[in-house]
Amino acid sequence: MTDVTTTAPKPVSPSMQAWRMFRQNHAAVLGLGILIAIIVISLLGPYIYTVPPRDMVWMPLTPPGTSEYVLGTDYLGRDLLAGLINGGRVTLAVGFAAALITVAIGISVGALAGFFGGRVDNFLMRVTEFFQVLPNLLFAMVVVMLFGPDLLNISIAIGIVSWTSTARLTRGEFMRIREMDFVKAERSIGAGNTRLIWRVILPNAAPPLIVVSALAIGTAILFEAGLSFLGLSDPNSTSWGRMIGDNRPYILDSPWGVTFPGLCIFLTVLAISLIGDGLNDAFNPKLRER
Amino acid sequence: MLKGSLNKLGNAVVLLVAVLVLNFTLIHIAPGDPVEAIVGEMGGATPEMIEQMRAQYGLDQPFIVQIGTYLGNVLTGDLGMSTYYGQPVTQLIWDRIGATMLLVITALMTAMIIGTVLGVFSAQKRRSILSHFVTVIALAGFSAPVFWVGIMLILLLSVSIPLLPISGMTSATSEAGGIAHVLDVLHHLILPALTLATIYLAFYSRLARASMLEVLGSDYVRTARAKGMPQRLVIYKHALRNAILPVVTFAGLQFGQLISGAVLVETVFAWPGLGTLAFESILRRDTPTLLGILFFSSMMVVVMNVLTDLVYRIIDPRIKAR
Repeated sequence: MTDVTTTAPKPVSPSMQAWRMFRQNHAAVLGLGILIAIIVISLLGPYIYTVPPRDMVWMPLTPPGTSEYVLGTDYLGRDLLAGLINGGRVTLAVGFAAALITVAIGISVGALAGFFGGRVDNFLMRVTEFFQVLPNLLFAMVVVMLFGPDLLNISIAIGIVSWTSTARLTRGEFMRIREMDFVKAERSIGAGNTRLIWRVILPNAAPPLIVVSALAIGTAILFEAGLSFLGLSDPNSTSWGRMIGDNRPYILDSPWGVTFPGLCIFLTVLAISLIGDGLNDAFNPKLRER
Repeated sequence: MLKGSLNKLGNAVVLLVAVLVLNFTLIHIAPGDPVEAIVGEMGGATPEMIEQMRAQYGLDQPFIVQIGTYLGNVLTGDLGMSTYYGQPVTQLIWDRIGATMLLVITALMTAMIIGTVLGVFSAQKRRSILSHFVTVIALAGFSAPVFWVGIMLILLLSVSIPLLPISGMTSATSEAGGIAHVLDVLHHLILPALTLATIYLAFYSRLARASMLEVLGSDYVRTARAKGMPQRLVIYKHALRNAILPVVTFAGLQFGQLISGAVLVETVFAWPGLGTLAFESILRRDTPTLLGILFFSSMMVVVMNVLTDLVYRIIDPRIKAR
């Protein structure tokens, strides 16, 4: 289990090896299946299930299973299923965009701090500490309220408050790898800092970074849900979090209005967490016993 | 020991000033300024009036002067006036902070204690049902939005089985004072505190489990066992003290996230703390209040970090030597 390459009859590529480890974690494969299903439904669903998500289509507060709108309607008579299918697009889009921003900031800050060390490191770590202390949701609320609740601003706000753990991890990896012989060898044949950072060290730091990047998507989705629940969502689009916020005053009349969107968020984030665990296993086979 | 804490305190002050500068810069670069908003509400004004208002609010001054005035005001406890309530922001926050502290500290303590117990037990029997249970709970706790958990708990424990009140901090009809009042508040506290604790319970149980596993594999635990020390003593006297260190560290580090969670939970349960105030200030576009809350909560996080540092030193005397 510890060293596959020496016992395997034929050499396998590292990514193939990782996939084999990943496949052994059944929960992770299940998570991957769920996530792919959710992505496919969100992308193709609106073309197949064409009920408009934002119009009144039936009697308000119709319970699930009592009309042609299988998941029922909300307090404005909007079809819940249509809302979920269309809301998934927004939730996933913001989740991925925000995670991308998180990872971009985190890796850049961490890489510079870890590679250069000294004063640069000191300064960047102070900045990181600062963003760690800031109550993240409140700060994101301020940013979205001041700059307006469109999808880009929401993604940026989430990215700005979420990058610190990625930065710390990247920094640690860079400090560790920086001292290794192959990096010194690369340097001795005249590789510049840019090449060393992006082409030499970063690929070798990739495995743990891929895991945190995957998990960042889940965190971002939860974050978006929180912001939309508080009313800081794009007025022109529906997301799962916003559906919960909209339906909250009516939980006694239509509990399904909050239950289903919440379940969707829960399932999506759960699937991502399971995938994250699986990736962790795939890249760090030694830690599997934990 | 004191010197280390003083250093932390110095850092803390720098951090708080940075929060203020960031606050101010954000308002400054955000589109629109307060005068435009006021003029919008008045339905228009002449250019002279606008100039006059700009001068009145100090908006005609250079950036550096404006920020200096702002910092000076905050230092004297003036966070500005709420544009909706027409009261000083400091006063508004002061009225609400007790409720938030009660909620946050109850939730934190619950999560830390139950989480550590679960983690420690499940670390000792790694293949047991409890151990799997902790893994599953932790995964679920990570994945569910905290406000949704709150709503689901309301549906379960206030609506389906009417055990606990749906929202608020006191019963509207109750005029009772003394013990009855305290009990009433505690009764209202159970659901929100439980909701907020769930998320962190998941995290702490996983953390305590991992750290206990690590400690149990260390040399000094093997030595303790080798000299014939009973299992209970090994766990409680030797291992536990080291295993809870990461839990304490993270409790301090994550306090900001805990407050963020409290914003959502308070909104769900209409708990009259800073979170509902923040929610209302979004609805009313009351920027000074929201910024004040951000500053105040940052201050709470910083204080909490200094406290964690002290607790850490008590648990782990080795730090004194450094």
